[in-house]
This record gives sequence, structure tokens and C-alpha cells, in this order.
Amino acid sequence: MNNGIESKVKLLAALAVTAVMLGCTTKDGKLTTIDGAGSDGAGTAIPDDSAGGAATYGAGAVGVAADGGPMQDSGTLLDDRTIFFELDSTQISSEGLEILKEHGQFLGRNPNSTVRIEGHADERGSREYNLGLGERRAQSVKSVLLVQGAAADQISVVSYGEERPAVFGSDESAWSKNRRAELRYGR
Amino acid sequence: MEGSRNQESFQVLSSGSKPIRNGLAVLLLAVTFGAQAELQIDITRGGAEAAPIAVVPFGWLGDDATPYDVSGVIAADLRRTGRFAPIPASDMLQQPTRGAQVDYKDWRILGTEVLIVGEVSPGANGGYMIQFQIFDVFKGKQIFGYRQPASADGLRAAAHRVADMIYEKLTGVRGVASTRIAYVNVTGQAVNPTYRLIMADADGENARILVESDKAILSPAWSPDGRRIAYVSFENDNSEVFVQVIRTGGRDKVSSRKGINSAPAWSPDGRQLSLTLSKNNGNLDVYTLDLSNQVLRRLTQGGTIETEADWAPDGDFIYFTSDRGGAPQIYRIRPDGGRAQRVTFEGKYNARPRVSPDNSMLAVVHNDRGNYRIAVVDLERTYTQVLTDGRLDESPSFAPNGEVLIYATRENGRGSLATVTVDGRVQQSIRSFEGDVREPAWGPFPVN
Repeated sequence: MNNGIESKVKLLAALAVTAVMLGCTTKDGKLTTIDGAGSDGAGTAIPDDSAGGAATYGAGAVGVAADGGPMQDSGTLLDDRTIFFELDSTQISSEGLEILKEHGQFLGRNPNSTVRIEGHADERGSREYNLGLGERRAQSVKSVLLVQGAAADQISVVSYGEERPAVFGSDESAWSKNRRAELRYGR
Repeated sequence: MEGSRNQESFQVLSSGSKPIRNGLAVLLLAVTFGAQAELQIDITRGGAEAAPIAVVPFGWLGDDATPYDVSGVIAADLRRTGRFAPIPASDMLQQPTRGAQVDYKDWRILGTEVLIVGEVSPGANGGYMIQFQIFDVFKGKQIFGYRQPASADGLRAAAHRVADMIYEKLTGVRGVASTRIAYVNVTGQAVNPTYRLIMADADGENARILVESDKAILSPAWSPDGRRIAYVSFENDNSEVFVQVIRTGGRDKVSSRKGINSAPAWSPDGRQLSLTLSKNNGNLDVYTLDLSNQVLRRLTQGGTIETEADWAPDGDFIYFTSDRGGAPQIYRIRPDGGRAQRVTFEGKYNARPRVSPDNSMLAVVHNDRGNYRIAVVDLERTYTQVLTDGRLDESPSFAPNGEVLIYATRENGRGSLATVTVDGRVQQSIRSFEGDVREPAWGPFPVN
């Protein structure tokens, strides 16, 4: 299990290595020695591009956590693991597409990483049809990930329909948070 | 493995076991599990139109204490049909137990139309005999008389049988007091949920846990002979379909293919199940599975959601939900395949069809101006009538006499059940004392 400090240190290390490779200065001028690259033998992703410039780093620099997924608290879109949907819809919003682009590219860079997409629906209407909505939402997410660089064998899909709400309640504020697909790495 | 027998350590209670849970020993003759999930049933609409009848407290001809309030059970069963309003015993001017004691004018005064009297006497082997007579008060004569035997621990069941006989004599329709219902009870939901598939008598008594899990259970479906129940369980973190033998608790996992395995429904001959499978390509479709040889046949194709199949009682059609038209509507198809035909045309959302026992109508979940309600759709004229008035009503299931539907609703933020007659006039609420109840399925007439 990575704690916050350890991941920050590894992030800085990755950054530092990147900075050196690209001939740029590191963010705070310090280099940190660290034992091994990345975590637990999973390997650290070293991007061959960056968001441009030395002062920022993009999702491409985010390292791999113990579950094979992106490090938590990276400050990038990879921290977002939930895609939300409109009522009875399985269409992904532009915001969702941006998030999934990063995850798809992450999976492309890390062929040993696997993710399970869990699809959900809000409680309205019939339960079994909602199982279908959850499945379709998860499949929509999978399609985007594949386009963005993931391989099919890195992705599994499951639907929980309305059975596992994120928020209990019978109003739109609860329902809107339950119409979702969640990315869970390492499963 | 698909179709493998699965007698595992998973907690499935059979009729012989008496579990001790949280230190609370289960007592009683039958295996109930105490007040924890008993149901409370109240009439909420339509009681005023019921015909006044009198069920006089039955006489007891034994020496020891009265074993059971048989007439109380009968009166409650008749009240629950919504057609009869038994008057309280305190209003009765006389309490005859046999025809010779009846004075009709004492009943005409009260306006009761029907009078029921009876006696219970001890029978052989610790059993009993229930004798009852039904009288037409205004004509002043007996409609029917009968003697119903009961075993030592079967007195309540015999009382239900008597109530059904009375109901059928008075209305011409077979009663459902001797039937059972299944439903899912969920407790501890937000924090540490426990899901239980429960079977109970139609009046909510004798509740018995069939399956218990920390993951969701849904879509219980009774086999036509009432001996088995199919259901969907997420106990292995994905939807899988099981068929369980009620008497023994033994079960088979009949489908755990990749993707969704759900919406089981039995063919009228009990030999096949229709199922919804997605096979992990995201396309939910309706299949039929022959339980004897595991032959799977695909009924629907296409990239839209097809699910929630239900067989017509003559086996001619399978009805199902499809959103191929953009939003869920009901379609039907022959069990051996072919072109699907749309069946619902009123409203923007119709799902979860259940065919009535007489094959004349469907019960559906219908979106009525933003509210999810139960409606019946006449199959011949496609006329739709909304029966309920909740916001989140779902899972309708017909009683086997086709007169009443049980369904799931929400009341004060909790899942509860309710019944409504198919003409919409009488409604009852069914509340659990703990947790949510949902996913009701009304069992068939007893086969014996």
C-alpha cells in the first residue's frame, strides 16, 4: 500500500528523471534518490513527451501504483475514476471523454495494468433494465479506452445496475451521482 | 462451471434447520425467523366497497385450550381480498356454531349478507376437523357446508384452505389464501448490507429465509409447480442465475457466463428458463435455456437492450422489454424465434412485463408523467390503465387467480410492498418491520 508521502517521493523521482532526460530543470530544483523505479517492480512510466515546458507535468508522467493503476493524488485527470451519465443515457460527455483519454493512454503505456469498469444506474424504473443500462455504460467506457490505446485484454466489464448506489436518496442529486461507470484498477 | 450442482457452505436454510442468529434462537413449529422480517398488511384503499359478512368465532370441541383462532385467520383472509368486510365479534347478537342455532333476523338487522359459522374438533393423531357452513342471510338458507381435516401442525394451513373454499363459493374465483410469496429483504443497507430471499405465506406469516448474502439478490421466479425458485445473485461479484429447490435448499448455478446473467423466467411446462445474457459484448439479449440438456437458444439480436422476458401461460409467446425504439417498450416473440412484435404503444416507458394468468393482459412498469407506476395493458386492445400512484413503483407480479398484483414501492424512504386489484379499486400496503422489502414474486396455486 502506498502512503501519500511515498507516492509523492516517487512522483518527484519520476519527474526528476524526466527532467534530466529532457534536459529541463526539475520543479523545485531538488533531486531525490530513491530505491528502484516506480513501485514494487511494476515499473515507472517515463513519457517521451510532456505537456510542454519544465514547469508543469501532465498525466503522462504519472507513475504506477501497487494495483497497477495510476498513482493516486497525481493532480491529473487520472485521479478521476468515475464517469457520470444523463438519465437513460449511455453517452459519454466531453468531460468524460477527456478523463477516459488519459486512462486509455495510461493503459496503453502500461500493458500489464488491468482495469475493471463497473457500470451503474439510478434506482428509477425496472431493476433488470437498469442492469442493462449499467452494462451499456461500462461498454461505452471500454470502447473509448480501446480507442485511446488500451488493449481489450486489459479491460473487464461488470454491471451492478441500481444495486450499488454511491449515494442513497430518491432525488435528482442522489440519482445523478448514481448514473455512473467506475474504473477500478487491478481487478 | 455453468450448470454445475453447487451445494456449498453458503448459508441456505432448509426446512429442517433452526439457525441461531445474533444469539436469537428461532422458536416455533415452522422455521420462521421471528419478528425480524414479518410483514404487516393494511388495506389502504377500497375497503368501503367490501360486502359486509360475519365470520362467527368457531366453536372448539376439545378439552384443552383452543389451539388456534381458525375463524380469525379465515376472516383476515377474506378481508384481505378486498371484497369482504367481516364485522367484529363484539357486534354479533348471537354466536352460533352450527346451522341449527342460526337466527337469521339477528343477522339481517346488522346488514350482513353472508354468515359463516363453524366448529373445530380434535381428530385422529393429534389432528383436527374443521366443520363450517356458509349461509345466505337474506334468502335464509345454507350455501355450502363442509368438513376439512387438518394435521397436528397444519391447522393454520387448513384455515387458509377453508377461506379459499368460501371465497370460491361466493365469487366463483379461486382464492389465494393458501399461496406463498417470495421477496427480497435488505437490512443494514448503507453500511453493511444483508440480502435475504424470503418465502412467506400470502398473509406474510411463516417467513422463511431461502438465501442470505452480503451481495444483491434479485428477480426471484417461482417454477410453475412451486417446488423451485430461480433468482439472480451477485454473491460472486457478478450477476449469476441460480435455481434452488425450496424443500431442500439445494441449488444449481444455471448460468454464469461472461457478462450479465439475469431475468430468469420459467416456461409454463417448467422445462426451460428464459434468461438475459450479454456475453460480455454489452448486448443484452433474451435467450432460452433448456434445463434438461443445457441447450441455449438466442431469441433476440441487435445492439439494443432486450431483457425481462416472461412467458405467456399457453407458451405461445415470450414478452420482453426492448429499447430498440429508443426507450423501453414491450415486445413479444415466439419461443422458437422469429420477428418480434411491439405490444405497448401508450407512454414513453413500459418495461418488466408480466402476463396475467388468463393471458388477457400485461402488468408493466409504466412512466406516468415522470412517475414510475404499475399499469395493466389489455393485450387485445392495447388499452393501458395505470393502477398505482407511487413515484417509484416496480416489479409487479400477478396472484395466480389473476385478481390482484403484488408490487414493490417506496414509503417514507423505505422499500415496501403493496397489492392492488387489477381493476385498481382495492389497495394494501405490506411493510416489513426491519429494512427494505422489494422484488416480490407471487407463487402458484399449491399443487396437490
